Amino acid sequence: MSAFAIVTKNVIFNSFPKLSFSLSPSSAIQFIRFPTSSIPANPLASLTQQFIPRTASLISRATSSSSAASSTTFHGLCYVVGDNIDTDQIIPAEYLTLVPSKPEEYEQLGSYALIGLPSSYTTRFIEPNQMKTKYSIVIAGANFGCGSSREHAPVALGASGVAAVVAESYARIFFRNSVATGEVYPLETEVRICEECKTGDVVTVELGDSRLINHTTGKEYKLKPIGDAGPVIEAGGIFAYARKTGMIPSHSA
Amino acid sequence: MASSLTAPTFSSFLHSKKDSGLSAFASTSPLSAQRCQNTVSKKICCSVVAPQQSERKPYSTGSVKTAMTMTEKILARASEKPHLSPGDNVWVNIDILMTHDVCGPGSIGIFKREFGEDAKVWDREKVVIIPDHYIFTSDVRANRNVDILRDFCQEQNIKYFYDIKDLSNFKANPDYKGVCHVALAQEGHCRPGEVLLGTDSHTCTAGAFGQFATGIGNTDAGFVLGTGKLLLKVPPTLRFVMDGEMPPYLLAKDLILQIIGEISMAGATYKAMEFVGTTIESLNMEERMTLCNMVVEAGGKNGVIPADSTTYKYLEDRTSVPYEPVYSDSQASFLSEYRFDVSKLEPLVAKPHSPDNRALARECKDVKIDRVYIGSCTGGKTEDFMAAAKVFLASGKKVKVPTFLVPATQKVWMDLYGIPVPGSGGKTCSQIFEEAGCDTPASPSCGACLGGPKDTYARLNEPQINKLEHSMQVCVSTTNRNFPGRMGHKEGQVYLASPYTAAASALTGFVTDPREFLQ
Repeated sequence: MSAFAIVTKNVIFNSFPKLSFSLSPSSAIQFIRFPTSSIPANPLASLTQQFIPRTASLISRATSSSSAASSTTFHGLCYVVGDNIDTDQIIPAEYLTLVPSKPEEYEQLGSYALIGLPSSYTTRFIEPNQMKTKYSIVIAGANFGCGSSREHAPVALGASGVAAVVAESYARIFFRNSVATGEVYPLETEVRICEECKTGDVVTVELGDSRLINHTTGKEYKLKPIGDAGPVIEAGGIFAYARKTGMIPSHSA
Repeated sequence: MASSLTAPTFSSFLHSKKDSGLSAFASTSPLSAQRCQNTVSKKICCSVVAPQQSERKPYSTGSVKTAMTMTEKILARASEKPHLSPGDNVWVNIDILMTHDVCGPGSIGIFKREFGEDAKVWDREKVVIIPDHYIFTSDVRANRNVDILRDFCQEQNIKYFYDIKDLSNFKANPDYKGVCHVALAQEGHCRPGEVLLGTDSHTCTAGAFGQFATGIGNTDAGFVLGTGKLLLKVPPTLRFVMDGEMPPYLLAKDLILQIIGEISMAGATYKAMEFVGTTIESLNMEERMTLCNMVVEAGGKNGVIPADSTTYKYLEDRTSVPYEPVYSDSQASFLSEYRFDVSKLEPLVAKPHSPDNRALARECKDVKIDRVYIGSCTGGKTEDFMAAAKVFLASGKKVKVPTFLVPATQKVWMDLYGIPVPGSGGKTCSQIFEEAGCDTPASPSCGACLGGPKDTYARLNEPQINKLEHSMQVCVSTTNRNFPGRMGHKEGQVYLASPYTAAASALTGFVTDPREFLQ
């Protein structure tokens, strides 16, 4: 099937940790993280550079766009977990000595993402001695990210290369931390898909159409719109968004 | 320089763009109807989402005062609005921001990155910094994180920094307190009517003082450090009416385990939980803190208890800051109301691996246990140890499994050695614990509640007691969470329980209903 072939190509193309995504010229701007972006080691940074010459002229347009997410698409392998995945399973407390705002420790946090899952999860999220995951989309049940307020949780997922979590519902603080940091898109499904998708399935998330396509099973699912949180995540978090839209002054640079 | 540049910009932005696109941090998920349980009141049983919007608008006369819950009132005052409804996104002035050694360094990193290396915090007297998580460890990075806090507090001249330098003897550090949520209360930082944010999910504990208190992430905390404000969404309120005399074998922990079991781990997501009723009025402050402490285990944004004479008395010698309590109006709208007859409840546990996996303690009497842990912001306060001591005293026996005691704060530790336990003929908790064969009370900190570095005292490091037995290590704990790996090893089995039930279980080596010793 052609869709599968394209996806496969994208996965290969994407030796980037984050994931592969398709960009139409007019939406390319959405992926640019401004220099204010939090994490110098951001895996998107190198990719961003490639696109700057093409998109520089679009910068002014992006600031006024509220349907900015329209063409954003993620392709990749999914990793499937169940209900009530708490922050201790996403990033166990023993790794909280790592400070997310320090670039090298940010990378290390990523290498421990989801290491707290019980042994019933037989497929590892990150292979031994690897820093990144090959799964760019996490599919989960209800109440993902419950437990502590540690921002290390969305940070670890983002640093490991996850672009989006697609869950039935979220715990409040995890959702907010995901948006505030811009690390991952916390997307919600209208139906329970964690029982219909399997780890390793090839999926596409189309933000604009608010849908998830599982190419392995051939099924398609509606997502709840990310709404106004979308542009904040695209910008790279609240600070980057506030600067991008002129709410707060840009860095002196 | 940076602060003088950013402050005016922020405030003008806050006034002019309050309805901007940033107002969507909260999930878009609609308020779902609550599951109706048999203990739910018949009065407003279950959801009343739709009507409340229109009810809250001023009526056509314009003279009718619009009723609000206490959470709405606190946020209205802090955002300088006459009236707020659930779902409103408002910029709130923060009275206190608390951070600790786990999230402080990251919050400081974001503050510096975004506001500049020379930036100053918005108010050096409103930032409270409490090292408490990973203190008594040789972990180099954990120690470094406390150093980062110290450097920042010196640079910013932070007024309330509860430092520790001599890790070999906590008593040599008069400033050191211990677990942040208990220290905040003991040091007078929790005051009725105020807004307290902290980089810890159990910040909701402070709702016991009739204030709005909730946990936030590093990025939000970095924002607050620079501006003193945060965009918050006003939560709808679930009201829990607890009436009836508290039986002598129950503690607040049983009440909150009852509630979480009732509404589930996500039953209060995005919502405020208000606790009222004659039982609540009879609880001391530490018990009220236990109740509010675990609202986050039901997904709650904040828990809140109306301030009363018990609150004022606790605050008497602790703060000179004037405060103004607020109360829910009698006509205020609640999303739903639950009623409990406390006199009919029984001692409870939450079985592995979820705080809503509720069971009666007596139903688990065949569960063999390997250790007991008494500590944390939830169950490591003076009253918690007094309760455990009461059970040991009543039995006169010795514990059958290792029993670890971690006082939340230095003050709690001193109480264990200084306050006589009622009915003991003048014995202190520490004496009673020693006679019962417990471990000596450890240095105050968060300890093994959340696992932490491998060398943390009482951490669950091994999956099982010995390799020949295939049973997993089982711990009865007065802490707040029992997710896989919470106390260390992810195969460990944690039963959450009250200090009564924990002590009773220590005496038998099985999960045990405290009525076996208290009646």
